[in-house]
Amino acid sequence: MPNEPAVKEVHVLWTSEGMSCDGDTVAMTSGTLPKIEDVVLGLIPGLPKVHLHNKVLAFETGEEYLRAFRKAARGELDPFVLVVEGSIPNEKINGDGYWTSMGNHEDGQPITLNEWLDVLAPRAWAVVAAGTCATFGGIHAMAGNPTGSMGLADYLGWDYRSKAGLPIVNVPGCPIQPDNFMETLLWLLQQAAGRLPMIPLDENLRPTWLFGKTVHEGCDRAGYYEQADFALDYNSPKCQVKIGCWGPVVNCNVPKRGWMHGVGGCPNVGGVCIGCTMPGFPDKFMPFMDQPSGASVSTAMIAPYGKLIRRLRGMTNETVNEEPKWHHNGDKLTSGYDPHWSP
Amino acid sequence: MAVETGTERRLVEMAWDPVTRIIGNLGIYTKIDFENREVVECKSTSSIFRGYSVFMRGKDPRDAGFITSRICGICGDNHTTCSVYAQNMAYGIKMPMMAEWIYNLGEAAEYMFDHAIFQDNLVFVDFCEKMVRETNPGLLERAERTPAPHADVHGFETIADIMRSYNPFTGETYREALAMSRLTREMFCLMEGRHVHPSTLYPGGTGTVATPQVFSDYLSRLVHFADFAKKLVPLNDDVFDFFYEAMPGYERVGNRRVQLGCWGAFQDPEVVDYRYENMTKWGRAMFVTPGIVVDGELITTDLVEINLGMRILLGNSYYKDWVGEEIFVARDPLGNPIDRRHPWNQTTIPAPQKRDLDGGPYSWVMSPRWYRKETGDHLALDTGGGPLARLWVTALANLVHTPYVSSTGSSVQIHLPKTQNLPEMDFEWKVPRWANTIERDRARAYFLAYATAMAFWFVEKAFERIALGDVKVFQDFEVPEEGIGCGFHEAVRGVLSHHLVIRDGKIANYHPYPPTPWNASPRDVYGTPGPYEDAVQGLPIFEENGPDSFKGIDIMRTVRSFDPCLPCGVHMFLGNGRVIEQRHAPMFGAGG
Repeated sequence: MPNEPAVKEVHVLWTSEGMSCDGDTVAMTSGTLPKIEDVVLGLIPGLPKVHLHNKVLAFETGEEYLRAFRKAARGELDPFVLVVEGSIPNEKINGDGYWTSMGNHEDGQPITLNEWLDVLAPRAWAVVAAGTCATFGGIHAMAGNPTGSMGLADYLGWDYRSKAGLPIVNVPGCPIQPDNFMETLLWLLQQAAGRLPMIPLDENLRPTWLFGKTVHEGCDRAGYYEQADFALDYNSPKCQVKIGCWGPVVNCNVPKRGWMHGVGGCPNVGGVCIGCTMPGFPDKFMPFMDQPSGASVSTAMIAPYGKLIRRLRGMTNETVNEEPKWHHNGDKLTSGYDPHWSP
Repeated sequence: MAVETGTERRLVEMAWDPVTRIIGNLGIYTKIDFENREVVECKSTSSIFRGYSVFMRGKDPRDAGFITSRICGICGDNHTTCSVYAQNMAYGIKMPMMAEWIYNLGEAAEYMFDHAIFQDNLVFVDFCEKMVRETNPGLLERAERTPAPHADVHGFETIADIMRSYNPFTGETYREALAMSRLTREMFCLMEGRHVHPSTLYPGGTGTVATPQVFSDYLSRLVHFADFAKKLVPLNDDVFDFFYEAMPGYERVGNRRVQLGCWGAFQDPEVVDYRYENMTKWGRAMFVTPGIVVDGELITTDLVEINLGMRILLGNSYYKDWVGEEIFVARDPLGNPIDRRHPWNQTTIPAPQKRDLDGGPYSWVMSPRWYRKETGDHLALDTGGGPLARLWVTALANLVHTPYVSSTGSSVQIHLPKTQNLPEMDFEWKVPRWANTIERDRARAYFLAYATAMAFWFVEKAFERIALGDVKVFQDFEVPEEGIGCGFHEAVRGVLSHHLVIRDGKIANYHPYPPTPWNASPRDVYGTPGPYEDAVQGLPIFEENGPDSFKGIDIMRTVRSFDPCLPCGVHMFLGNGRVIEQRHAPMFGAGG
């Protein structure tokens, strides 16, 4: 039986009131490794008891729902993990107005998300940015946006440290791959319980074991690339780099992991990688359906090697597609067996 | 409903902000007369603006489906699909038949997933034992004594047993629905790659490889889900019928004049060519019929007429008017004039400012209306949360006839084959007497069965293509220098349209109109309240609590019955219970 966790209870305050679509919350509900209900019901051994405060799943509504957030803001709720979903708009550029808010001040005017962050971030045990909007700005921060949106680390500062000394933990993806998020949350809860050390993060604050490899390195169509055998339109089941796939340069494990239970994904099932986990998303990957600039060079360079290899492998493939010639119902055994008996 | 003249009423301001168990950002601000147990005024507000129509200008039009998916985090694929439809029109594409079946299968899985998780994990918490104990203990006591009429199908002995099965996280049906929402999302991913933002949809078709495997993987999960769908319909009927019976007058909760819009879903690959000139014909061939029902009468099933009647009014929203801005489309391809307030001609100009609930702007949602030329009215159509309008229009239009789903002119018949625990079953959704909270919720369970049944047929059609060796899923195309397109679809929660204008090969204008702006719109320039507002105003209160512990459950059920999805479009507010007008001593009856 595991020892008692160091921290017995943790509140998870999850706000999706950034510039978001709530898609990360919805994606999280499809995760199974572990399932959110298993975490909430205390079915994972050794975890602290988790109190989840998430708008989409909350029993309470209105002020009753906000009670936990208001308590945390007053320093009366400890410890808590703050999960932020959605990009952070610039509220300095819109006069008396607001871009996004959650609840109201006493005078009836909205409390902006930014005001909540200013109060909650310094008090949080850990802060998690869920999804590419919150991690790096994402879609709502694209060129020409009117709201001045940015990622959470751009707002709080990349050198932000939580009360427990953690940097922001970034889980990018548009939306999050469900199990990537749940695994990260699990690590943090284990860490809070004193069972795991500091979560390993890269320079963009992403968990290293989830974002350390590229899409291409985990893609089951990468073998076509090696043989310079490229899809020229979306009917083809081959490597899609010439029709828009950015997989070779994007940090993400989706083709390896699939989307849910190994089902679905991106280039592995015919959807070009549009770089949705990346800080440069979306602008650096648009137009999404055109060949990435670097791919014309790399696909040309691999062509002589790939075509030769493909031909040679084709020949070998034909050979190994034939059964050995001693598989027959003839009068004589031709397998090479040396008989110690004669019929 | 206006304050009655000649009487003095004691009104209490109550607000719920944020409204939870919905997608997005919604506040509901009300004035309630507790003595007469009635909501007198309601305003719905949304406190988020992201600016899609602004930042899409100048981008490559082929990117529109990828970008607009990010509008919505629960039905993003509905946007991608609708965008593909609009782009197909603009580029002159007829998609391969197999691609159409794959889209239909993906969208059917989306309806199954989304209706299951929304109905069972979000809406039904308002009907669960824990909630009813807090709001209507008298009702719960009666539910304990009331046998469930369909116990033989779903296994719950009493109505209260059903309610307990919906308690969050601990209830049996609650947890089964979460599991089912995962199974159906796997089905979705087989067709569209990823949920919620699909990876394999492109203008011209899909990248999904049409192997026998993807369809049999889908089918084997579908059979499993159909078992759940068969339980869900009678289980919903039992609870909703109990509410009518146990609380006479509950039919008035959330009731509103019947003004329902449905923009159609599931293309017929044999008919659709995406040409605007033929839109009336291929619209009527869809497997969910587009149309508008007003006061119980089906007034059109013509997508061209639906398109021409769309108007975007500013009302009490934080935007500047676009009069004086450019007209992008003066006439449609058939020569019909296009109004300045039509989405093709809209220019979005945000004007952030303080919220003013006393006569000023109070929401980031504009007010879409449908102009009925016969009467000159700008109708505040609602979607009935999606399913109510889809079923109502399809039932009356009598155009859908398949082996699994069939319209009769006054009802929709749904056939589900034998599954693990249950035999073949037939359901019939009949046009109800009201467009109210209960009927919006009930329709959701029936439409879930509709989508399940249609999916069986779509799988059969996909295998027919496989048998013919026709596995082409993508049609190549060129983006024109100049062009226009429009797409019509049903998002899970109702009408969805995308309007696109291309100039110099780039997006010159792009305006998506999802269901929530229709449902959650604030008062328009004519003072007409939006559907949430309209449905809540005049709402009789059945909750047993007085103002001190008032949860607003009847109001919350009403708002949630529309399946709000505010990223697409809105904001209720539980204030401080401030008394704004006090004339009489408070008197609160014990509900019922």
